[in-house]
Amino acid sequence: MKKRNNWLRRFSKEDFVRAAAIYGIIVFLFVFLACPLVTLFVKAFQDKDGFFVGLAQFREYFTSKAMVYSISNTFVISISSTVISVLLAFVFSYSLSRKNVPFKSFFRYVGMIPIFAPTMLLGIALIYLFGNQGILTALGLKIPLYGKTGIIIAESIYCFPVATTILMVAFSAADNRLYEAADTMRTSALRKMITITIPNVKYGLINAIFVTFTYSFTDFGAPSVVGGNYNVLATDVYKQVVGQQNFNMGAVVGMILLFPAVLSFFVDWFTNQKQSSSISSKSVPYQIKPHPVSDVAATVFCVLVSLAMILFFAVALFASLIKLWPYNLTFTLDNYNLAKAGSGSGLAAFRNSILVSLISALLGTVVTFLGAYMIEKTKKFYISRKIAYFLSITPLAIPGTVVGLSFIMFFNAPSFGIPFSEYALINPLHGIYGTIWILVFANMIHFYSVPFSTATTALKGLDREFETVSESLAVPFYRTFFRVTVPLCLPAICEMGVYFFVNSLVTVSAVVFLYSPTAPITSVMIVSMQGAGQTAPAAAMCMLLLFINLAVRLVYEGLRCRSAAKRNV
Amino acid sequence: MSVSLKIENVSKVYNKNIALNNVNLEIQAGEFVCLLGPSGCGKSTLLRLIAGLDKPTRGKIYIGERDVTDLPPSRRNFGIMFQSYALFPNLSAYENVAYGLRNRKIKNRDIEARVDRLFDMIKLSNAKKRLPSQLSGGEQQRVALARALATEPDFLLLDEPLSALDAKVRITLRKEICRIQRELNLTTIMVTHDQDEALTMADRIIVMNKAVVMQSGTPQQIYDSPGSSFVADFIGSINFLDTSLPVWDSLGFPKGKIIAIRPEKVKISRERGTGSVHGTIEDIEFRGFYDRITVKISHVLCDYVFVYADLPISTARGQNFQEGEGVYLSIPRDETLQFESETTNMAERKKK
Repeated sequence: MKKRNNWLRRFSKEDFVRAAAIYGIIVFLFVFLACPLVTLFVKAFQDKDGFFVGLAQFREYFTSKAMVYSISNTFVISISSTVISVLLAFVFSYSLSRKNVPFKSFFRYVGMIPIFAPTMLLGIALIYLFGNQGILTALGLKIPLYGKTGIIIAESIYCFPVATTILMVAFSAADNRLYEAADTMRTSALRKMITITIPNVKYGLINAIFVTFTYSFTDFGAPSVVGGNYNVLATDVYKQVVGQQNFNMGAVVGMILLFPAVLSFFVDWFTNQKQSSSISSKSVPYQIKPHPVSDVAATVFCVLVSLAMILFFAVALFASLIKLWPYNLTFTLDNYNLAKAGSGSGLAAFRNSILVSLISALLGTVVTFLGAYMIEKTKKFYISRKIAYFLSITPLAIPGTVVGLSFIMFFNAPSFGIPFSEYALINPLHGIYGTIWILVFANMIHFYSVPFSTATTALKGLDREFETVSESLAVPFYRTFFRVTVPLCLPAICEMGVYFFVNSLVTVSAVVFLYSPTAPITSVMIVSMQGAGQTAPAAAMCMLLLFINLAVRLVYEGLRCRSAAKRNV
Repeated sequence: MSVSLKIENVSKVYNKNIALNNVNLEIQAGEFVCLLGPSGCGKSTLLRLIAGLDKPTRGKIYIGERDVTDLPPSRRNFGIMFQSYALFPNLSAYENVAYGLRNRKIKNRDIEARVDRLFDMIKLSNAKKRLPSQLSGGEQQRVALARALATEPDFLLLDEPLSALDAKVRITLRKEICRIQRELNLTTIMVTHDQDEALTMADRIIVMNKAVVMQSGTPQQIYDSPGSSFVADFIGSINFLDTSLPVWDSLGFPKGKIIAIRPEKVKISRERGTGSVHGTIEDIEFRGFYDRITVKISHVLCDYVFVYADLPISTARGQNFQEGEGVYLSIPRDETLQFESETTNMAERKKK
């Protein structure tokens, strides 16, 4: 008895709060991440009746001609889009970070626009430009849009912002002393590029390549709009699961989709470890020197990229504002009429979309920030913290399509049979199936890791001793959390919320498997509108989502500038 | 109120690395103790164990008569100050100091009175409303001190509190901390690697190296009679004379011992005296209020050795020694210290 008292004495009331928070996070990630993934994994090795069949389904898959065709198509698409978008992003971010280009932030923002729109928008713009009755087609610029070409163009634009973001970070971490040393030795520009610049951004480049590859490998939106008969894995899996209700084959495709993402996850982890040591605190930031020829060339390149970007969105805007291309070019706002869109469900879908995004942003931010705080600032519970950390960064490796697939498999099942017995476990979470809550949780998991890293970085920037000081003053940790940690991390917290909101609003890949007619959302509705030939209303819905996201972002930027200005007074 | 502390047979092992090896210490109520040693010697670990931020692998820690080994920091009633100040950047200086009082059941009026008194004590009454970013480093550290004192702790822990400050500010703050510590008669433990800080501030210095306590004593004891060659070398400057070398034969010291002497005790002169050694001046270094003269002593039977002699600037001006000049050194026997030959220490010294 005395021993037990001693043991209890070591734990204060705060420790119980801490434990509750950490285990809460672990349980959340276990139920919404690990369980669905395990279900997906198990399903891939079972037949329709739930019998274990080993690799039989994989064999079936790889011997089916249509499937092998999809795989090779997917590789063609991803490799081409990766090469194109990383090349463009490389030159773009190099120009912006290392050359004298005017209006840098304007170019940066324009380059980021695709993030704020559903990928279908790119497909629709492409149809209006290069489709059978496209604007450029009419001008004589004919390309075989439907199929390979269309998907590659759309994916290249879709991946451009993420590749640019990664490479901008890589280019910004330069040590000017190396360039000065090279200059004193009269090194040529080409040699400086090969011996200093490229090795310096090597890891960023590798990272950008893998992330871009994964994005285009698993994207659903673009191929669904401009794919035509050109099948890729992401659309295959949709047909298998939603079309033919063949969950087990869907699980097999899901496993294949997981493969490049897992690979890129480890590459990211590996490069992150390497990169941290490349720049020391003594490094001097890069000084841009004027160089008329290359400065002009860089500016021209940025202008061209931005014009192409603007063209796409201008065309989509145009498409959404006219009656019937190309026959009736009268201006109309009819396509924006939510009451009419999606055969009457437009208003409900729009309301649900906003609601889902808001709840995802709110809950997602709370859970990821709390999780990051517990992992970063707690000393006890070492093993639990490691587990929580691992679960928190895992979603980075799970493409949206796989999140959707695994969710449908886990939450759709009313019960799970216990192997080798006649008993079954009732699935208590089956109830969220068909409601907006399953969409909320799918979004939270799908977009978990990036806000988690944002929070971790922000928390790492705070003095480690804040917690020690509060402990010495006998102030409970949660008080310091609310009074000091949260206020200091407020910019990061807002950033996280915006990230959740923007992505939840436009995502298709995960939620396309999960939405139900009773709880429609706009992004999925766009896919079906487009499929039904209602291209103009679909374009209008895309633009609507884009406008909302831009507005949210602008409000956030405005607030951030104001508070930054206030702090500098 | 001030308490005594007792560390009993405390060891701490981190991943098989011994950070503290069987440390025993008693600290009197109201005493100012400095834990001094090179980085990695275990001094910060010891402070963390006293604070309760880590648990000892073995041994007990007592605050007064109370065994606190298993108690969390919040139940040990201490104040703590860090090198990084660790002031909450979003709260004003006033709110920082009041931070620990807010969640106790204290009336606002009483909090105000207590905080005001603390600001008077740290002489910063005009800076209460400022944010930490609007204060200088020294001011921030004073606010941190006030915050640590606000909850009327039983003892105070200082983790290299002055290391991040400019030399001038450091010296004023040293005095401030000492004054306040005496005023409150507060048991205080400070970790530092700066020997000047330890010598000027502490009632007692505890020199640590490689996870063990090397010596404990008043600053004067530590400086004048170091218990080992390590302590002698770590505190102040010292010459080690290896008596096995034939150079020192003429001094008549027992063979096989290490003889140590502080540079200011070495006598340097142009005239030969009894038991003096001849050498040439290799280098004269200006050090402000004294000159450090490096004398090279050669012997036919071995390599040369260097001996440092410190000369007060007034004497040095009068003598006007020049580099390359031949001089005689004498080593007053009653000013020397004797240690057993420790090969490892000598090897380390050469590396430096």
